[in-house]
Amino acid sequence: MDFVLFSTLNGIIYGLLLFMVSAGLTLIFGMMGIVNFAHASFYMLGAYIAYSLAKLIGFWPAILLAPLLVGLIGVAIERGMLRRVHKHGHAHELLLTFGLAYVFEETVKMLYGNYAVPYSIPADLRFPAFTLSGADYPFYRVFIGLTALVMFALLFWLLRRTRVGIIVRAAVRRPEMVGALGHDVPKVFMGVFGIGAWLAGLAGAISGAFFTTSPNMALELGIIVFVVVVVGGLGSLEGALVASLLIGLLTSFAAGADVALADLGGLVGLGPAMKAIGGIFTVKLATIAASVPILVMLVVLLLRPSGLMGDKT
Amino acid sequence: MLLAVEGLHAHYQKSHVLDGVDLTVERGEIVALLGRNGSGRSTLLKAIMGLVVPSAGAVRLGGRDLAGLPAHRIARAGLAYVPEERLVFDNLSVEENLATGQQAGVADAPRWTLDEMYEFFPRLRERRDTKAGYLSGGEQQMLTICRSLLGNPRLIMIDEPTEGLAPKIVEAVTAVIRDIQRRGVGVLLVEQKMTIALKVAERVLIMGRGQIVFEGTPEALRDQPEMRRAWLEVG
Repeated sequence: MDFVLFSTLNGIIYGLLLFMVSAGLTLIFGMMGIVNFAHASFYMLGAYIAYSLAKLIGFWPAILLAPLLVGLIGVAIERGMLRRVHKHGHAHELLLTFGLAYVFEETVKMLYGNYAVPYSIPADLRFPAFTLSGADYPFYRVFIGLTALVMFALLFWLLRRTRVGIIVRAAVRRPEMVGALGHDVPKVFMGVFGIGAWLAGLAGAISGAFFTTSPNMALELGIIVFVVVVVGGLGSLEGALVASLLIGLLTSFAAGADVALADLGGLVGLGPAMKAIGGIFTVKLATIAASVPILVMLVVLLLRPSGLMGDKT
Repeated sequence: MLLAVEGLHAHYQKSHVLDGVDLTVERGEIVALLGRNGSGRSTLLKAIMGLVVPSAGAVRLGGRDLAGLPAHRIARAGLAYVPEERLVFDNLSVEENLATGQQAGVADAPRWTLDEMYEFFPRLRERRDTKAGYLSGGEQQMLTICRSLLGNPRLIMIDEPTEGLAPKIVEAVTAVIRDIQRRGVGVLLVEQKMTIALKVAERVLIMGRGQIVFEGTPEALRDQPEMRRAWLEVG
């Protein structure tokens, strides 16, 4: 029972964190149609910049300032590089941002070393939020989840209820016409890109202190955020939230599940035979937890190619 | 002089679509631009608006040359454009579509409000929360005119507003175009139907092969059947 409870809670929190990173990609790739393979790098940069700043100005100012700097880096990349290659299509964008992701990773390794840095939350934040069947649940995990929920609400409000959001949604559909109505579309897109980078940076700054801040955190998340955006349905914030939670929960349960196919076979009396064969039948589900998102994507793409909540802008 | 286009040239790939166009529109004047399909009328509007980059020539609005500027800066200088394809934002509601058009506008241009738009076309008020993609062709036409008008332009260019519309809606649309003109906005109207152009316009231009081949009053055009045969009638 405790396994189910804690796996559910951890899965939800991890899913919400995934959402915070993928929300930006939903705007950038899902809505604006710009392929940005370096999006998860913004997440990594957020963590490293916050780690460095925290030593200088303290933890809270650092997790506020770091995402802003990441947002500015995002704006510079959009303005200086992506905008120039956008007209040549997705392949150019993919190559450019793939290269950028490597440049960021190597830069981080050069400056901070190949291994994780000791970025951690201040001692006064290490207290339990609540106790469940005898075990403490850390406050900071709840804080990560709540921040993501606030960001979802903020983005939703911005896109649906404000004039800026209306213009963004119109510009995604018919950029030329929006320009002819007097709006500077390239500037609108630059702003959206910056907000997306800011969000990923915020996710990194906040969660890097709780999980690990290491040079491969971008690569680990890089594919998963694309999976979230595609599974959720291109351009759908609600879809990204649902997909994030789905993948978070599945990964969390798979990672904690001490079962193999042979155990399932045991239910129908095939257990010993399957154990004797070994191979795939005795692989624990936990060891393939990392591939769960990809399996989810495969299933969704086969059954619902437009994603869970596709075609809603 | 509100709008003065001088020697405007434009190319699509290799073809020379605009071959030195000159025209003028005064404040509060409706000028109709006629011509066969492919004569360059739609391209002319796009080139004035900055959606097609002109290769030579000037587009002066109130004396200031706008040729070569990006479309959003031309719009902010006081030019509005209603495209033939209407291009409503089908993912937005009617009211959101109208909001995309709202701009402060330039100092000497008449001001328009959302309520005035709904008075022009009460149908839009009824459907204000409907996604524009679900509107009929006539409703989309009303919407695009209002959307552009809310930018408070000095001059509005409307491309084939009555194409494919029921007679009753054509009447409503032409009445609004007259109202726009009465408030002092210049109107450059591309029309296929000569009857409508002759009814509302003070001056008529005919385009052929990328140039203006006729300029005169509706009466003058009526008196020149050979002009109509050469540049307008089909067959």
